Amino acid sequence: MLHHPEELGWRLLQHLGLTAIAIVIAFAIALPLGVLAARNARVRGPLLGVLGVIYTLPSLAVFALLIPLFGLGLVTTEIALVAYAQMILVRNITVGLQSVPAAMRDAALGLGMTSWQSFWNVELPQALPVVLGGVRLATVATISIATLAGKIDAGGLGPLLFAGLDNDDPNRIFAGSAAAAALAISADLLLRAFERGAARRAQ
Amino acid sequence: MTQAPVPREKTGARVSARNVIVTYAEADRRAVDDVSLEVTGGELIVLLGPSGCGKSTFLRTINRLVVPDSGTIEVDGSNVAGQTPEALRRGIGYVIQAVGLFPHMTVGRNISIVPELLGWERARIAARVDQLLALVQLDPARYRERLPRELSGGEQQRVGVARAVAAEPRVLLMDEPFGAVDAIVRTALQDETLRIHRALGTTIFFVTHDVDEALRMADRIVVMSAGKIVQADSPLHILARPATPYVEQLMDTKDAVRRLQLMLVSDAMVPSGAQAPDGTIESTRTLREALSFFLEGKQRLAVTRDGATLGSLSFDDVRHAVAALDGVPR
Repeated sequence: MLHHPEELGWRLLQHLGLTAIAIVIAFAIALPLGVLAARNARVRGPLLGVLGVIYTLPSLAVFALLIPLFGLGLVTTEIALVAYAQMILVRNITVGLQSVPAAMRDAALGLGMTSWQSFWNVELPQALPVVLGGVRLATVATISIATLAGKIDAGGLGPLLFAGLDNDDPNRIFAGSAAAAALAISADLLLRAFERGAARRAQ
Repeated sequence: MTQAPVPREKTGARVSARNVIVTYAEADRRAVDDVSLEVTGGELIVLLGPSGCGKSTFLRTINRLVVPDSGTIEVDGSNVAGQTPEALRRGIGYVIQAVGLFPHMTVGRNISIVPELLGWERARIAARVDQLLALVQLDPARYRERLPRELSGGEQQRVGVARAVAAEPRVLLMDEPFGAVDAIVRTALQDETLRIHRALGTTIFFVTHDVDEALRMADRIVVMSAGKIVQADSPLHILARPATPYVEQLMDTKDAVRRLQLMLVSDAMVPSGAQAPDGTIESTRTLREALSFFLEGKQRLAVTRDGATLGSLSFDDVRHAVAALDGVPR
């Protein structure tokens, strides 16, 4: 079916890598932003507003805007993917933390936990199902958007798809899209399982 | 009634509040307005008043969840402002109305929190958890590994109390702890708290808006209104001598049955033996219980204690005792 079947394997791994890097970085940024938004109503509105605007920008246009600044390749791709994931992650982290009753933090601090201990041991575990829901949605969206990275030399499954389109090669188009879809569906199922586990523990 | 002997651990701390003032920026008035209070070790203080009177806010200044604008609070002579909030709070038990058990942790883990924060060894914590579950009359083997949601409201609140006293605090703060449970369970929890108070000797601050609960629990009731202490005295003295019309109305001090509830048979009996008694009553029962006998038609009760006759009680004796109350020495 393909001239080089092993190409599908390493492209799949590369795509997974692009996605994983983006989600890890995006989560590291979104967590403090989400905490800030959950605790401070004055930050919440504007922050979610700005992220919402970024989220609505067409992804190809974002790549186009970033290329003059960061050139072609991995950096531009990751910046765009991280920016897109922010909206979903920050919103879910905020909503998850807001859903934890204020009495929980009150009890945690009253027992002598530090603010940090209260956050890690009490508040975050209870917000975890909603937070993981955000990670799942962001991951699936990132897998899909990352195919565009093929347009700017960042690898992944995208080049396979675009090469198939350019050369009118249904095999490559099919292989590329099936692999991307399979990756998205697997990620969704796996993260759903984590989410259920967290929900069982949290409530 | 036999109960497992509970080892007496420590006596409670003295607490002294001087001119405590708390202002909420958004409210533009004082939530706590120049409150001073001296509490001796082991006292059970009930802070009583309607919502918004400042009782909870004052309570929360003791463990520094609220920092006063001015004034000082000392626990056993050391200013709470001079200690890190975490260290201070680990030595002060805290129970809140919403129970505040952490839903993702088992009952055992919830109770372990403060000992863990204090760095106790594993084996000591495990032994303490079992001891505390027994103290609040929950079978350790059955309850240790359960999650809070698998417990009834009353059981959850017992675990809340066990968690609060886990590291043997010398002060226990209880903020409307039994507000969310039904009347029968509430009475049981009140008894439990009184029993623990007697067993551990902990100084307790208990916030409530329920007058009957206050009368039942308190060594001393602190009535608050608009951030100020209106009166602080024993339940009986407050009923006998309300300081202001507000206290009189809040406590319904004219209610004779309420007074009888706070007086014991031994307070009203006549020491000489009864002539032709038609019933008997223990000297430790309340006069309200004695009243029931008279309403049933009894004329004269023999008062006993552990089988020995101490004296007698008639309806007139009860009336005299209540009348004498208005002249209670202060």
